[in-house]
Amino acid sequence: MSNLIKLNGDVASIVENEWTIVNLPAGQAEERKQAGKVVLFKLTGEKTVTDEQIADTVIPASGKVLVPLSVFIARKAELQTRIAASEIGVWIATHEVLESLIENQPDLNALPIIAVNVERFADGRIFSLGTLLRKRYGYKNELRAVGDVLRDQLFFLKRSGFTSYLIRADRSAEEALASLKDFTTPYQGAVDEALPVFKRYNRAVK
Amino acid sequence: MYKYDEIDQQIVDERVAQFRDQTRRYLAGELTEDEFRPLRLQNGLYIQRQAPMLRIAVPYGMLSSRQLRKLGDIAKKYDKAYGHFSTRQNLQLNWPKVEDVPDILAELATVEMHAIQTSGNCIRNITTDQFVGIAPDEVVDPRAMAEIMRQWSTFHPEFALLPRKFKIAVSGTQDDRAVVQVHDIGMEFYLDSNKKIAVKVWVGGGLGRTPILGSVIREHLEWQHALTYCEAIVRVYNLHGRRDNMFKARIKILVKALGIDEFKRQVEAEWAHLKDAPNTITEAELARVSKHFDAMPYETLPAHDASFDAAIASNPAFAAWAKRSLHVHKIPGYRAVTLSLKPHGSAPGDASTEQMHVIADLAEQYSFGELRVSHEQNLILADVKLGDLFAVWQKARAHGLATPNIGLLTDIICCPGGDFCSLANAKSIPIAVAIQQQFDNLDYLHDIGDIELNISGCMNACGHHHVGHIGILGVDKDGSEWYQVSIGGSQGNNASIGSVIGPSFSAEEMPAVVQKLIDVYLKERTPEEQFIDTVRRLGVVPFKAHVYAKDEVAA
Ligand code: SF4
Repeated sequence: MSNLIKLNGDVASIVENEWTIVNLPAGQAEERKQAGKVVLFKLTGEKTVTDEQIADTVIPASGKVLVPLSVFIARKAELQTRIAASEIGVWIATHEVLESLIENQPDLNALPIIAVNVERFADGRIFSLGTLLRKRYGYKNELRAVGDVLRDQLFFLKRSGFTSYLIRADRSAEEALASLKDFTTPYQGAVDEALPVFKRYNRAVK
Repeated sequence: MYKYDEIDQQIVDERVAQFRDQTRRYLAGELTEDEFRPLRLQNGLYIQRQAPMLRIAVPYGMLSSRQLRKLGDIAKKYDKAYGHFSTRQNLQLNWPKVEDVPDILAELATVEMHAIQTSGNCIRNITTDQFVGIAPDEVVDPRAMAEIMRQWSTFHPEFALLPRKFKIAVSGTQDDRAVVQVHDIGMEFYLDSNKKIAVKVWVGGGLGRTPILGSVIREHLEWQHALTYCEAIVRVYNLHGRRDNMFKARIKILVKALGIDEFKRQVEAEWAHLKDAPNTITEAELARVSKHFDAMPYETLPAHDASFDAAIASNPAFAAWAKRSLHVHKIPGYRAVTLSLKPHGSAPGDASTEQMHVIADLAEQYSFGELRVSHEQNLILADVKLGDLFAVWQKARAHGLATPNIGLLTDIICCPGGDFCSLANAKSIPIAVAIQQQFDNLDYLHDIGDIELNISGCMNACGHHHVGHIGILGVDKDGSEWYQVSIGGSQGNNASIGSVIGPSFSAEEMPAVVQKLIDVYLKERTPEEQFIDTVRRLGVVPFKAHVYAKDEVAA
């Protein structure tokens, strides 16, 4: 049974997962702390991807695949025809910077899907990444949350622009569906509903 | 004060249902400890040493009589018939049962209250000056903006799981009583040269193990942009704040590492996209919310009241209380009253169910049915007529709420510490109690005069020890409890962080150490100096010398 929830307009349902996630092969577990530029804190303790890992990543020859951002950037040339055939999506880790995706793929909407992988559910960077992809970079196609995706974060993911959610394998997607409707009338404007409540309703004191 | 409409009510009701289901799943084993933790924390529920602790939100410190009565009832029904008012202007229950919490939240929702975001790595309860709306030096009443910010920050999807907790304070007075400089964001409202409401924005202040005062990130922000500008700040923090080490995860560490100039550049770049976005506040919304904070229906009264003056003249106990507990009011003939939750010999900030009911009655009878919680952990009746003060005092005194020690040495700010808090290095309440006993002489306390003594049980600094004129911090040395003492901290416009005087002390030594600090002050002070002034003039050295001088008589 699939564990993928997909939002179609306002209706959420469990659908088959057509996309295979391609992972980097394990690196030399070297965790470097990098300092400098904007990313001063981004990489503290987070894995840096090596050229070998990128080269060694096995991309299935056919079918729809989600490739890691670093692989997408480095090996874009060899993926060109498949990108044109809408068979390639990109997944991003929460510590990666969106600018590197935009530089290499100015037309984001040529990608049928972008996924953000959240390693620990408590990593709230995913919400800012979703918001930026939608609002800043005008991405319109499917935006998927993958990784440690649990039902109690779904409402926030939805509000941050995510339209599909691959619920962690040991949890029930069926039960998770309910959490998308936790709140009927949220206060602030966000991605799914841009207007704050005071611009949607007449709240005049009666 | 702000009254819910059906939208506000629906949100708290839905929150109760959500948390009820989360608790059910946790108790059924469907959620692990790790998964439940952020969920319960965002509902103010800690698992503590003795029992869980539930922190109930009191937005910007405002309570109605009806709400306080309900809090008293809840404390009685689900706890040991008392509650603890914290330095975040919240109420904490120390002994509720996890399985009761959904019911407690449901009861709170019936009086427009909740425990949303009182803990966890999210935007916390927004705090302000306890004399908001009535202080003569107030330039802008920031309550409407605080309420607008409360709504904006409630379940803000982008900021649901930040690297660490995030605290915002607002102020609108010349003399800052909201301590905006020690918050993650401090919003100082003022009137600009065009007489328009503007905000001076501070960022990156905080106490905790790396105490630091905030930096000004923007001198002038039009009020309409308060939300989008905060979004820009919190977004930069959310994306770039450290998540690998919880002790380095607060925004102050990011601001310090990048430098305020670079941090500001990033925030402004972000804001360039957010400025004028839909979350920009409208005139209509500010007007709508401001209506809830309209001036009370004050009577026109003379500045003096004969019965009050007579009572002061004839009753020294009343006069002593009035001297410490009353505060000037912008309306003639009215005073704000601080009810002391610091009787000598009990935990600072605690109030029993009975006391809560008494205070609720007092507020209803004499102060338009409203009251406030101060970050000094006392309760305030904001609008009492001079002619009613004697009656208020009598009733308060009969219930242990009129210790005339407001602003004095025994008006101690104190976190729950090792008696309750699982993070503590040391107990803090017994230290407060011992100091109160050491100085249990009101004439002497009045002679010592204005002084702030703050105690935290660990470097998380919930007791604000860094900004106490005397600060006491519980530290752990080889598994036993010790106390480090600092002096010279201060809140307000001249905020400063205290300096540690030297090696730490045992619990038994603490009353004598404070005594020695006071002795130096009494000996060295000039007639107009308060303790903090003497410390600023002389520095730490003479205090240190006396405290650590070898005792002539070894006890
Ligand atoms: S300062 Fe430390 S001991 Fe005191 S309440 Fe905060 S975390 Fe607990």
